[in-house]
Amino acid sequence: MGAGKIVKVAGPLIVAEGIGDARMFEVAKVSENELIGEIIELHGDQAYIQVYEDTSGLGPGEKVVTTGHSLSIDLGPGLLQSIYDGIQRPLNRIYEKVGHYITKGVNVPGLDREKKWEFKPEEGLKEGQEIEAGDFLGEVQETRLMVHKIMVPPDIKKGKLKRVPERGSYTIEEVIAEIETEDGVKEVCMVHSWPVRTPRPIKKKLVPDKPLVTGQRVIDILFPIAQGGTATIPGPFGAGKTVVQHQLAKWSNADIIVYVGCGERGNEMTDVLQEFPELIDPMSGQPLMERTVLIANTSNMPVAAREASVYTGITIAEYFRDMGYSVAVLADSTSRWAEAMREMSGRLEEMPGEEGYPAYLPSRIADFYERAGKTVCLGSDNRKGSLSIVGAVSPPGGDLSDPVVQATLKVVKVFWALEDQLAFERHFPAIGWLTSYSLYHDNLMEYFRDEVDEDWSKLRIAVMSLLQKESELKELVRLVGLDSLSNNDRMVLETSKSIREDFLHQSAFDPDDAYTKLGKQYKMLKMIMNLHVLCKKAIEKGVPIDKLVDLPVRQKIARMRHIKEDKLEEFDVIDQEMNSQIEEHSASSMISDG
Amino acid sequence: MVTEYTTINEIAGPLILLDNVKQATYEELVEVELPNGEQRRGKVLEVDHDKVLIQLFEGTRGVDVAKTRVRFLGKGLELSVSPDILGRIFNGLGMPIDEGPKIIPEKKLDINGIPINPYARIYPKEFIQTGISAIDGLNTLVRGQKLPIFSGFGLPHSALAAQIARQATVLGSESSFAIVFAAMGITFEEANYFIRDFQETGAMERVALFINLANDPTVERIATPRAALTAAEYLAFERGMHVLVIMTDMTNYCEALREVSVARKEIPGRRGYPGYLYTDLATIYERAGLLKGEKKGEVLEGSITQIPVLSMPDDDKTHPIPDLTGYITEGQIILDRNLHHKGIYPPINVLPSLSRLRDKGIGEGRTREDHPEIANQLFSSYARSKEVEELAVVLGEAALTDTDKAFMAFGKSFEDKFVKQALDENRSIEETLGIGWELLKSIPRTEIKRIKDEYIDKYLPGEETENKEDIDNNSSN
Repeated sequence: MGAGKIVKVAGPLIVAEGIGDARMFEVAKVSENELIGEIIELHGDQAYIQVYEDTSGLGPGEKVVTTGHSLSIDLGPGLLQSIYDGIQRPLNRIYEKVGHYITKGVNVPGLDREKKWEFKPEEGLKEGQEIEAGDFLGEVQETRLMVHKIMVPPDIKKGKLKRVPERGSYTIEEVIAEIETEDGVKEVCMVHSWPVRTPRPIKKKLVPDKPLVTGQRVIDILFPIAQGGTATIPGPFGAGKTVVQHQLAKWSNADIIVYVGCGERGNEMTDVLQEFPELIDPMSGQPLMERTVLIANTSNMPVAAREASVYTGITIAEYFRDMGYSVAVLADSTSRWAEAMREMSGRLEEMPGEEGYPAYLPSRIADFYERAGKTVCLGSDNRKGSLSIVGAVSPPGGDLSDPVVQATLKVVKVFWALEDQLAFERHFPAIGWLTSYSLYHDNLMEYFRDEVDEDWSKLRIAVMSLLQKESELKELVRLVGLDSLSNNDRMVLETSKSIREDFLHQSAFDPDDAYTKLGKQYKMLKMIMNLHVLCKKAIEKGVPIDKLVDLPVRQKIARMRHIKEDKLEEFDVIDQEMNSQIEEHSASSMISDG
Repeated sequence: MVTEYTTINEIAGPLILLDNVKQATYEELVEVELPNGEQRRGKVLEVDHDKVLIQLFEGTRGVDVAKTRVRFLGKGLELSVSPDILGRIFNGLGMPIDEGPKIIPEKKLDINGIPINPYARIYPKEFIQTGISAIDGLNTLVRGQKLPIFSGFGLPHSALAAQIARQATVLGSESSFAIVFAAMGITFEEANYFIRDFQETGAMERVALFINLANDPTVERIATPRAALTAAEYLAFERGMHVLVIMTDMTNYCEALREVSVARKEIPGRRGYPGYLYTDLATIYERAGLLKGEKKGEVLEGSITQIPVLSMPDDDKTHPIPDLTGYITEGQIILDRNLHHKGIYPPINVLPSLSRLRDKGIGEGRTREDHPEIANQLFSSYARSKEVEELAVVLGEAALTDTDKAFMAFGKSFEDKFVKQALDENRSIEETLGIGWELLKSIPRTEIKRIKDEYIDKYLPGEETENKEDIDNNSSN
């Protein structure tokens, strides 16, 4: 710890002199208001500090005190249902303390120090027993939905349990256990702090093999993401990035959702805050908010804290992963994070790389996405957890050659390309089927085969090639007109249209349609493809194409989305109608032929 | 005791560099006295040891190195507010420039404002009826939203903004909006258009104008929207009024920002605009919305709805200004040159236009139950008509199928009957939806895929079988 004085103020960057033993990435408190900052560069006696709050009113001569630790956050019970700013200050408590606006120098701890939690110790713990980092000491029922495991913190590598935890109600700072290590006896309480820029240790990384089921048809069937996988959604404004992110936050089958609103709109965070407590998780029947942590550093909040917000988010996610949960981080938008880096880099007068972004942009992005994965967590039970990351990118003008998009594509495995044109047609989610990709198909094949249906992958491949064919045919139609196509090709166009409009298009605001379980997704798509096969056969038998295009059952297919999850037998009715209508036409054409 | 400095070392563009300063803080307001006695204002951009970089709002013409005096005022730029600001005209820095009496300040507020805590916001849901079908029906504005108009040179954005200001009401309440109008670098004529419009409609007493014209100091424009929004925040959240803020033209604001950035020799981002343009614009656009009230679940009386207007250079939506704006605002209304040439007012191209808050502001209990679905249907049908039009250009109309022809006809009447309306035509939401349903009559019912059957049965006018016959007749002719 040292103290110095400000000599320069330039926006969110200040320079202080005379601190002495300053370290890189050490946290400093600036001025009488104790604004929080972080040292990002050292030149001799000068420390360059990025300040996480508004710096107006600061001037040379004001004091700067370093704290001796790096930017860290509190990890323990109380995280769930919270809404934090970029450096883990709870926005609800700031509101209670200072009102509607975030004034400077508000100091509120990340977790409630007063609240008592009902702690239940892990069964079978004995005094003197060998214990290692990550081992469960007990648990707290944090929300109705989630059990919060209390673990031996990672910095206590190995030791003997000296004081066995007991049942009771504790605040997070009360000591619940003691562990005897080589460096003496360590006290353990329910909270510990962790530096956000350091990934939390794990035992081993594994290959992801289960899907993160999202209930979004275009994603689950065509471009699935694995639990522990990484995905990116780049797109111009208005293409629906945020709606897709919200849909994932609501409906994906992760245990914990960490939603990072990084430099985005204030109202979007409000929307999440107001909507999530009312939304009921389809799996557990509890409000979705009970599994959610929100990080909100909106665009009008200080830029340096925006840079920190993604790290705060991922660290919280890693903590829950360590408990053996499947966690998903939804970061919206990583472009704002990159821009915050660019802004600080500019103030530091660094040589810019592409588009003014710092040269270390790709490596920072890669570091961030590499914190995802399916892992064997610390702890002697070798439990598995997973951390998935879905990052939205907002490239200028929707241009995918943007450095942030390119650096992201290098490291992520799933690419959901949002297309302007689809959004104009109000085809949502506006994920383009010809440009998007997922590299998890092979990993997930087995799961889908066992859990849904044998021919899941076959169906997907058939659909993809049909859509591919459609785009080729559309080119052709543009040149020579629809009439010159063969009947088979016209059927391809008809079926693709049905796939697009009746299957891929999904309304986030229609309660029946917002979420579709895998079984129903499969049935819907299978129906469309069955009709295609039947129609092709009918064409061979000489049924006129117009009859097949105007088949009455198509209206029913168009409304398949409204079939309730518990009434899937309605699909069989449609199936029968379809078969009988086709048969009728085939029969009548045979007669007319004869 | 205020110290005066005469230690100007360097003057470049709108910036001056001062040496040997003992006490100065970032963003502090300074007063500069020229040798001829003229007073100007500026703010501190950077303090480095005893050197201070200052940006002068009214430019540096006439400032000299030897005699000009600089005083530091120990506070940021402030706006004096009181309920009397309504009906008054201010310059770009918030000083009254009309003939009216001096404003006795109830309080003085820093124009930079303080970021609103997202936790303290209420999600906007209240439908605003603008009386303009292309907005109300398809890209609905709600109270507390920020919805910009993306326009181009020579397009009637001023007329549209003025019409919105004139007609905007919240459904079910007759109360009108208070209007805060910020003009940045627009011509006298354009500003006058608004002022005259406000005067003629008797709205002037509920309007506060902040005017920085094209020939006013450029850098002053950087303060204009901030001063205006400070006034809006005061009226909305301390006086409980519903405020509509019109800011025109944001492009001029961004250019002023670029001018300062270039003078500071900062590393430029795209097209020479500073890398922090996004953050800077966000500090303006995010000053809109609704706040929580005293009790749980209550809304604080008052709201700020923003309609920024910006002209897209070369009608290019990917230009940094519209691009970054679109990423911050809750949608955009895009004006289209082709529609304008066809004589359609307002020339709103509904397809790329968007209101992000629409879905929660419309439907049962807000507008009408069928609104969300008919809006989606109109969107997709109009998009389809555009596709068909393209096809017709290549292949000729004769090659189109009957359905395609029906869509083409739909597209045309959509533009003529739904989008087009008179400058003083104030359509109720019922009328707007009625026109929409009338138009849908012309396309085959099997193609109406986005609307539930029960709504089609309830709202689609006339017998649908007749339509089919019509189309059949047409095709046989």
